[in-house]
Amino acid sequence: MNQKTLSGILLDEHLELSLNDLCRACSSSAEWIIELVEEGALEPIGQEQSGWRFTGKSLCRAQTAMRLQRDLGINLAGIALALDLLDEIEAMRAQLRQLE
Amino acid sequence: MDFKDYYKIMDVERTASQDEIKRAYRKLARKYHPDVSKEADAEARFKEVGEAYEVLKDPEKRAAYDQLGANWKAGQDFNPPPDWDAGFEFSGGGFTGGDASAYSDFFESLFGHDFRSAQAGRGQAGFGAHGEDHHARVQIDLEDAYHGATRGITLQHPELDSSGHVTTRQRTLNVKIPRGVKQGQRIRLTGQGAPGMGAGQAGDLYLEIEFKPHGMYRVDGHDVYLDLPVTPWEAALGAAIKVPTPEGPVDLKIPKATRTGQKLRLKARGIPGKPPGDFYVVPQITLPPADTDAAKALYRKMEQDLAYDPRSKMGVKTS
Repeated sequence: MNQKTLSGILLDEHLELSLNDLCRACSSSAEWIIELVEEGALEPIGQEQSGWRFTGKSLCRAQTAMRLQRDLGINLAGIALALDLLDEIEAMRAQLRQLE
Repeated sequence: MDFKDYYKIMDVERTASQDEIKRAYRKLARKYHPDVSKEADAEARFKEVGEAYEVLKDPEKRAAYDQLGANWKAGQDFNPPPDWDAGFEFSGGGFTGGDASAYSDFFESLFGHDFRSAQAGRGQAGFGAHGEDHHARVQIDLEDAYHGATRGITLQHPELDSSGHVTTRQRTLNVKIPRGVKQGQRIRLTGQGAPGMGAGQAGDLYLEIEFKPHGMYRVDGHDVYLDLPVTPWEAALGAAIKVPTPEGPVDLKIPKATRTGQKLRLKARGIPGKPPGDFYVVPQITLPPADTDAAKALYRKMEQDLAYDPRSKMGVKTS
């Protein structure tokens, strides 16, 4: 048993990741991430590709995208749509929780 | 070990065509995908469906499985008959896209050996492969988000022992929950996922934060809401009252003519952060019961003295 206390990284909107960081965390190619950006599924900060910064939220989205592609065989346009719909559902669930 | 009825899991007839099985799989995989479904057992169901499909999509494995007979019931104690697979040759890993480490003992006992060795040679898995990432959900109290906390988290994950069998190992981690964390956010613990193969790095562990439902407070992003009962006279005349917050009681001034459902903001008293969330008090005006003669008389007096008609704009007259 490991009793040492571990500190993780909070994947929030303050975290900034490079394209490289994102590729490593998703075990994906840079091309694939770039395609996600072109599809509008990920929104990096910064204009130049070399200077792109991604938030923690982008990392979670990219990983979900990776799993959707791997497990369900969805193409990029479908992934972008699914991610937006999942966000919408999550927002509605949050509203439901407010009303309960 | 329990018998698994793969046809039942996939909700298809034993006579289903390969196309029907594929369609059933696609449908169930979408339904139970852990990123899509929020049902508590979604991940287990998704893996179960994946395992069933692994067998039924492969005509050789399916024929071997069918040979066990239709009389087995799911959950029945099962041991493969000796030489049950004589005459079948599994093409094993060549077909698979699934996560083999997640398959059941039942699957292992039937297709384990050939399958495992075929897997090991697959693609990049030879050496230096990056370990898999693991995911878990952790429930915390709202107060933990205000102060930060340390939580013990018990994780169960399948592991291959030296003879290639799958065993479930338990592991407890103490994890720091940072102050200011929000519902649905994830924490990444580098290197705490599955060990890598050979020179490969270990995978990461991702913890998704979930707030336990609170008896008083509601959370929306980084804002926190409290429904606060107030008396009619406090609402009408204004009052200075004490209000509970996750950081302890604070003084709040209720303005006069306060209505039910109005939002009174306590700036920066929501979940801390940059910027911090706000705390909203939502007054709920409650009526004192008219259960004594004195109380009834007071209500009667209000009726006479106030001449108040809340329905005056609805086109109906108070009788």
